Amino acid sequence: MEFFLNRYRNLSVLVAAILAQLVLLAYQVKTNGDVRLIRVWAVGAVTPLARVIETGRSGVSHFFSDYFVLLDVREENKRMKTELDRVKMDNQYLRAELSTADRAQSLAIFQKHSPSKTVAAHIIGNTTGAGAKVVFIDRGSSSGIEPGMAVITPDGIAGKVTKVFFAAAQVMLVTDGTFAAGVISQNNRVHGTFKGLDYEGTGRIEHVQNEQKIDPGEWFFTSGDDRIFPKGLPVGEVTTVHQGKTEKEIYVSLSGFKNGLEEVLIIVEGVHASIPDAPVTNQAVHLLAPPPPDPGAPVVQPLQTGPIATDADRIKEQYRKLGEQQKHMYGERGNGAPNYNAPLKTEVKPEPKP
Amino acid sequence: MTGFTENYREPLRKERTSLFNIAVIAGISLLAILFRVYVSRFVPYLQYLELPLLVTVYFSLMWRSPIAGLLFGAAMGLAQDSLSHQLLGMFGIVKTLVGYFAASMSLRVDVGNPLLRLVLGFFFFFFHALLIWVLTRALLGQAAQFEVPQVLVVAILNAIVAVFLYQLLDRLKITG
Repeated sequence: MEFFLNRYRNLSVLVAAILAQLVLLAYQVKTNGDVRLIRVWAVGAVTPLARVIETGRSGVSHFFSDYFVLLDVREENKRMKTELDRVKMDNQYLRAELSTADRAQSLAIFQKHSPSKTVAAHIIGNTTGAGAKVVFIDRGSSSGIEPGMAVITPDGIAGKVTKVFFAAAQVMLVTDGTFAAGVISQNNRVHGTFKGLDYEGTGRIEHVQNEQKIDPGEWFFTSGDDRIFPKGLPVGEVTTVHQGKTEKEIYVSLSGFKNGLEEVLIIVEGVHASIPDAPVTNQAVHLLAPPPPDPGAPVVQPLQTGPIATDADRIKEQYRKLGEQQKHMYGERGNGAPNYNAPLKTEVKPEPKP
Repeated sequence: MTGFTENYREPLRKERTSLFNIAVIAGISLLAILFRVYVSRFVPYLQYLELPLLVTVYFSLMWRSPIAGLLFGAAMGLAQDSLSHQLLGMFGIVKTLVGYFAASMSLRVDVGNPLLRLVLGFFFFFFHALLIWVLTRALLGQAAQFEVPQVLVVAILNAIVAVFLYQLLDRLKITG
């Protein structure tokens, strides 16, 4: 044995190193756990450096942007001296609001008005995984961040927290191929599942049946079904809709990445919101709300609670009408079944008398 | 004088190892990892540049010791694993093998030749990508994609970068 180890020393060390790592892998797969200590060391060594570099970079970048903004403001002030002070202030406010360069401010405004409790964070680096859309942020367990928390921008959803360290956390972006979230369409209230595509700015909506109605240009919002994202956050706008074999093929352009991705908000305490109202696309005229029921009238539960969307719904409606026509009560014992082959009489409206 | 000339012999290839300051090794390794973490965020095309792999191949070639090569490869791989969302050990196993084979190869070829470095850079990048794909499918059972044309193009780009990077790193050697 000793001879063998001496003779094949290099090979023995190689086999030992590979075996040790295979055991490490097997342990993680078997226990579905993580070897946290090694990760904590590595993240602890790298993220402070990344943070220093990021601070330096953003400092230099802000210095130059502030310098050029200052030059613009000086020139503008010369032109606007004759204008009213109020107009000046309004202009500056609107410019500040619309300026994409001032993301931090818009983030703060959004944070102030958002019903959910959020923590602002800065993206400090990518992870080293091949092809993965996972980034590091400069907030960790010391800021109350936990795995599974939703990450958003003022324009929409951005990702979710996957791993948390003391002063940093890993965020899987919505563009990652393994990302998924529950969504609902704005106009037709169709539920689906959003999936990342590994492409920047694009995603796909799955599990929407061919019979359900989705229009190009329609917006998708989070549905809250996944218990990660609160209901009512924008996800993206439908760019393409195709009929698939059984399910629709829907592609959306993501709204959360509209203004780049440098600062994000982590939802610490989420509050569900309603989906913003929009006119239903297949409704040509404005309809009033249904009238209130007569006092004392029996409350009749509607048989069809939603719109007739599928073939099964149509058949069910046809059978209901046939039952009414033949005065058949469904569910009564010994009553048999109605004649489903009987022709369905259509209602004839009486002609108005001259 | 004559005696000296008679006793002198050219050092064997495997004896011609290169030494580096420990701080240089640690600094370069950290920079390679930081490059992967930070720079690729602002220049997305640079995410195809596998600097930790190129650094592993370089030190393994220069040290000419399979054990040192595989241990350095394992350390770099595990560091890369720790900063990714994958399980620990994937990059570790692959870079251990890369370090071992690169060091074994350096005992047989002249690793100072730029053309040979280009070929080795290309070969080890392809080997690395192929092994990652095999391990992802075989060990983790994930449906990973292996697009050969894309891998070949990226391997060529990495090999070209490797030639210039290795010339730069040659200047940091203590002894030749």
